[in-house]
Amino acid sequence: MSTQPVTLPKDEAAAEGKVNVQINGKWYRFPKGTRIADACNSVGAHVPCFCYHPKLSVAGSCRMCLVEQGMPPRLAPGATPTYGADGYQPIQWMPRAVIACANTVAENMGIRTTSKLTSEARRGVLEFLLTNHPLDCPICDQAGECKLQEYTTDYGSGTHRFTEAKIKKGKNIPIGPRVNLDQERCVLCRRCVRFMKEIVGEEVLGVVGRGAHNAISCYPGKELDSNYSMNVVDICPVGAMTSKDFRFQMRVWFLKSTPTIDVNCGTGTNINIWTREQKVYRITPRQNDEVNSCWMPDSHRLNYKYINAPERLTTPMIKTDAGAPLRPSTWDATLNLVVEQLHKCAPAEVAIIVSARLTNEELYMARALARQLGVTKFDIVPRTGESDNMLISADRNPNTTGAKLILGKTGTGLNTIRRGVKNGSIRSLIVLGEDVTAEAGIPEQDLAELDYLLVMDHSETPTTKAADVVLPGVTFAEKYGTMVNVAGRIQRLNKAIEPVGDSRPDWDILRDITQRLGCDCPRVIACPSPMIILEEIAAEFAPFEGINWGNIGNEGKVITDTGVTIPLIEREKAKK
Amino acid sequence: MSDTPNAIEALTAHKPSPGEKFFPKFEVTPELVAEAAALVDQYPEGKEQSAVLPIIHMIQEKFGYICPESLPWIAEMCKSTPIHVAGIVTFYPGIHTMCPGKYHFRVCRTIACSLSGGEELIPYICSKIGVDPATITDEEPMAVSADGMWSIEPVECLANCGFGPNLMLNEKLYSQVTRKKIDEIIAEYKNK
Repeated sequence: MSTQPVTLPKDEAAAEGKVNVQINGKWYRFPKGTRIADACNSVGAHVPCFCYHPKLSVAGSCRMCLVEQGMPPRLAPGATPTYGADGYQPIQWMPRAVIACANTVAENMGIRTTSKLTSEARRGVLEFLLTNHPLDCPICDQAGECKLQEYTTDYGSGTHRFTEAKIKKGKNIPIGPRVNLDQERCVLCRRCVRFMKEIVGEEVLGVVGRGAHNAISCYPGKELDSNYSMNVVDICPVGAMTSKDFRFQMRVWFLKSTPTIDVNCGTGTNINIWTREQKVYRITPRQNDEVNSCWMPDSHRLNYKYINAPERLTTPMIKTDAGAPLRPSTWDATLNLVVEQLHKCAPAEVAIIVSARLTNEELYMARALARQLGVTKFDIVPRTGESDNMLISADRNPNTTGAKLILGKTGTGLNTIRRGVKNGSIRSLIVLGEDVTAEAGIPEQDLAELDYLLVMDHSETPTTKAADVVLPGVTFAEKYGTMVNVAGRIQRLNKAIEPVGDSRPDWDILRDITQRLGCDCPRVIACPSPMIILEEIAAEFAPFEGINWGNIGNEGKVITDTGVTIPLIEREKAKK
Repeated sequence: MSDTPNAIEALTAHKPSPGEKFFPKFEVTPELVAEAAALVDQYPEGKEQSAVLPIIHMIQEKFGYICPESLPWIAEMCKSTPIHVAGIVTFYPGIHTMCPGKYHFRVCRTIACSLSGGEELIPYICSKIGVDPATITDEEPMAVSADGMWSIEPVECLANCGFGPNLMLNEKLYSQVTRKKIDEIIAEYKNK
């Protein structure tokens, strides 16, 4: 019989549903079924992986994640296990390495990620991967964020013994409208094949050939044209899949990435905006398992060109006479003019159309402006489409939920405003961040009939052209703020670049106008930043209670139950 | 493979072979569909894809090779995708993407046969049937004579290592093959 203490670490761990694993000499506890790779990475023992992706099935094909593994020795018949002073059995190390992605942890398992066996195994794998690799890093877009490059630096041998001719494969193949394929750079991890099959459900990619001639391919006549195709560029660990949009635009090490959210639909996909010198170069999805997993639709990803487009409004503009062209002005003069003109308007004849693309802070300020003016005709423009049953929500406004919480508006008052503009009962219109000739359905000829049209927007639209005063606001990339997505999650927008030209954040413009109109409420005029406005919102609206800029975090926080779910996330949760 | 988009187009490019005149052209007939459906039926529901290989074998037997036009049809029969079928076809060297001749030599080049003289047999057969051994490459390991009567393909082990060198003519195995024996085989089949 054993003379060991009554409770062994294995029993303690088993009671929690966990197992004890020794990683590089230290003991840790992990839930049963944890993959060795995940376990090691979670305690800082980095395991390099090409093919393993937590959201895809395990392929185990790249062999990069080899680690040295050991288990307690198998007992002879009738023998009882022996335990050391620390309560663990001795570990018998296996002479061969195992892959960390396809194997799960077990009780009393030992893992070494830094041993000689492991580093030899990694070096060998890299040497094989590089035998037919073209080594065209100087002209490869992935350079700087290439796993093959990183791992070769970390674990490779620096020289190679392969002197034979390399096998040539296809290069620069337009495999889809937005993605290019380079078969030579490929390490055949099959992440793209698995992504298209398992997440998108369109099996358009496959591996053809055999041995060193293996290559990723499409079937001729079919192409990688899914609206989620560019995610394969993100998950490709090397430069085999490149984005046609981003190719040769900028070296990635020059880019700064800012975590923020997408504003093209109500999902509020978490993204990183990559910028250099006030220019946006690309957008990539940022992992958030409650919102967008690791993915984003191409249509949203590529909708950033307007940020640095020539159509951007860079100065305030005023129309001095009816029929005269808009001419640039200064902020001070423009705001004074706006206040003077607004004072002349009868509140009953004024309507305000706000956009549900504005942040909560801007909506709060818009509400303050409406109250200051005494305007009651006041609504958002609903914008709906069809959900793609993946990540694109049927609600194409990013902040409808926030607008409902803060303004109590749902778009039903818009009809009244539209009618009022048509029949002349509304003489003045204030439009904040919308092109009302589009979804709001107010034609240009009706706008021309108005006495006064004040528009705040970031780009030139038919509405700004018809305006008497145009105030240049900013796009989502140039401001801080929060939005609430369709599922009721409040998320942060972070400023990636400075406002273009003389444009100013919308909340700032609205606060200035409200203040100049005579508002003396400190809860409006004393707000120096969206973070402080958020505190005011949190104090005033119950769902926002306890919310502040810091505790929202990069993942956001659910503040209200809308009953709406995101189909892709639901499927992912059902899989677990 | 070149550095043009043709790397993908090449996947279904027809490789003309003089041997085609000895085989019927691939055509989807009700009989063929019934035969394929019977193969698919051998697998449980949801596992139809497992029938890809049996169907490929069936087509190769009937038509000599897997022609590009048959790939989408196979995929459709097995509820699979053309790219998946193409992946399987290009993976196995035993599945031909080019039509062999009427009589198809498979010469073993695995070590036992190679040492016992198999290596020299390949160029000898090539010269006898009038093909250039240099046209036998990794990508297309088969050469067909101009009249379509003969073709040669180096293969791996034929499981008869004790009696090397071995070769197969169509489905018939010949062991301890010599140049003389090859002459005899060719003479025997030339007029058949």
